[in-house]
Amino acid sequence: MRGLNIAGLEVRHIGPFDLAIAPGECVVLTGPSGTGKSLLLRSVADLVPHRGQVCLNGRNCDQTPPPDWRKTVALLPSESRWWHDRVGEHFHGYDRGQLTRLGLDPSVMDWEVRRLSSGEKQRLALLRLLSNQPAALLLDEPTANLDRENTRKVESLLMDYKTARNAPLLWVSHDAEQSDRIADRRFLLHENRLTPI
Amino acid sequence: MNVIPLSAYDLSLAALLVGALALVAVRMRLKLAAQLIVAAIRTTVQLLLIGLILKFLFARVNPAYLAFISLVMLTVAGWEIMRRQKRRFSGWWGFCMGSSSMFISSFVITVLALIVIIDNHPWYEPRYAIPLLGMMLGNTMNGIALGLDRLIATTWDQRDVVEARLMIGESWRQAIGDIRRESIRSGLIPIINAMTVAGLVSLPGMMTGQILGGSPPEEAVKYQILIMFLIAAGTGFGTFSAVSMGARRLFDRRQRLRLDRLKPAK
Repeated sequence: MRGLNIAGLEVRHIGPFDLAIAPGECVVLTGPSGTGKSLLLRSVADLVPHRGQVCLNGRNCDQTPPPDWRKTVALLPSESRWWHDRVGEHFHGYDRGQLTRLGLDPSVMDWEVRRLSSGEKQRLALLRLLSNQPAALLLDEPTANLDRENTRKVESLLMDYKTARNAPLLWVSHDAEQSDRIADRRFLLHENRLTPI
Repeated sequence: MNVIPLSAYDLSLAALLVGALALVAVRMRLKLAAQLIVAAIRTTVQLLLIGLILKFLFARVNPAYLAFISLVMLTVAGWEIMRRQKRRFSGWWGFCMGSSSMFISSFVITVLALIVIIDNHPWYEPRYAIPLLGMMLGNTMNGIALGLDRLIATTWDQRDVVEARLMIGESWRQAIGDIRRESIRSGLIPIINAMTVAGLVSLPGMMTGQILGGSPPEEAVKYQILIMFLIAAGTGFGTFSAVSMGARRLFDRRQRLRLDRLKPAK
C-alpha cells in the first residue's frame, strides 16, 4: 500500500489511532495542547516505544533500520536543536534552491549558531531535514516562530516538495487560516480520538 | 626492614589533634563535630580489622582466601560507584556496569602485573596481591564513577540534542559520540594530573609508606612508577568499558533514547 499508514498506534496513555495518508496528501492535525499530538508524531518517527504498526509505501517501520526510517519519515520538532558551533557543520550538503526559497543567504553556513534568530533556526532546521530527501514529513508546528512572510515561504516550499516527491505530510497546526491553505484533510485530536473536521 | 613500632599512646596523641579540631568545630557551630568523630572512629575500627585480616591472610598463602577477599572488595567498590552517581540506571544495571568494568580492568591488570612484571612465586601471595589490587580498585573506581556520572548527567541535560540528532538520521553512536568521549576524558583526567605532579608536588602514599617502612628510596620509586602505569591503564580501560556499556544501555534496540531506564535523582 502506498503512502503513510498508521494502524493501531498506541503510545503511553494515548491511542490507538488509525490514519492513512496518501502519497502527496497533506493531513493537518489540530487540537488542544497536551492531547499528545507531538507524542503521536514522535512515535511515528519511532523515537518512543509504542504498539501498533507504521508503514511507508508498504515498508514496515519495525523492519527498517532506525536511522534509515528516521531519514525517510522525517520529523521536524517544534523547537530546533543545534550542537556544533557553526551552522555549516550541521550540514552534509543542502539544496541551494531551497535555501534561497526560505529567504536565507548561503553565507549563513559560516555563521555561529548563537547569532541566529529563532525564526532563522526554524527555517534552517527544515533545510537540514530536507537535505536527507525524506519520503514523508512529520511537521510539528513548523511555522510557529515565523512571521507572515516567512510562514508563506515555508508553506510554499513544503507544498512544492510534497508534489514533486509525492510525499505524504502530517502537519500539526493551530492556525485555521493556514489549514485552509495547506490541508487536504483535517483531524482534531481530542479526548484521545482522531475526529475528521 | 626496621619500622619504629607505634604504641597506643602514640596514636592517642594524634587522636587528641582530631579531638581539638572537633572542639573548634563545635565552637564555630560547623555541625561537623559528630560526623568528624564518627569518621575517626570508623577509620580506627576498619583499619584495625583489616590489619587483623591481612595478618591472617599473609600467614596462609591460599588462592581461595584471596579470591574471597577480592570479591568482597569488588562488590563494595561496585556499590560505591553506584552511590556516587546523582542519577543512575535502575535495577542491577548500574551495579553490573561498574563492577564488570572494574573486574575487567583491575583484576586482569593486577594478575598480569603479578605474573609477568613482578614475577612473584606464587603469584597469588597475598602480601603482594592484596595491596596491589586494593590500589587498582580504589583508583579505577574513581575513574569509572566520574565517567558514568558525567555520561548520565550530560545526556539527561542534553536529551533534546541527542534526540534531534536521532531525528536527522544519525545512529545512536553518532548521536551520543561527543558526550561519550567527554565522559571518558573526565574519568581519565585525575590520573593524568596525578602522573604530572608525582614527585614534584606530591609524594604518592605507597612510595612514602615503603620509605617509612625502610625500603631504599630508589626501589620505592620504581614500584611507584609501576603502580602509576598500572593505575593509568586500569582506569583508562575501565572507564572506557563502563562508559561504553552505559552509552549502549541509554538506547534500546530501535535506537531510541531511553531515559526512563534511569532512576529519579536522589
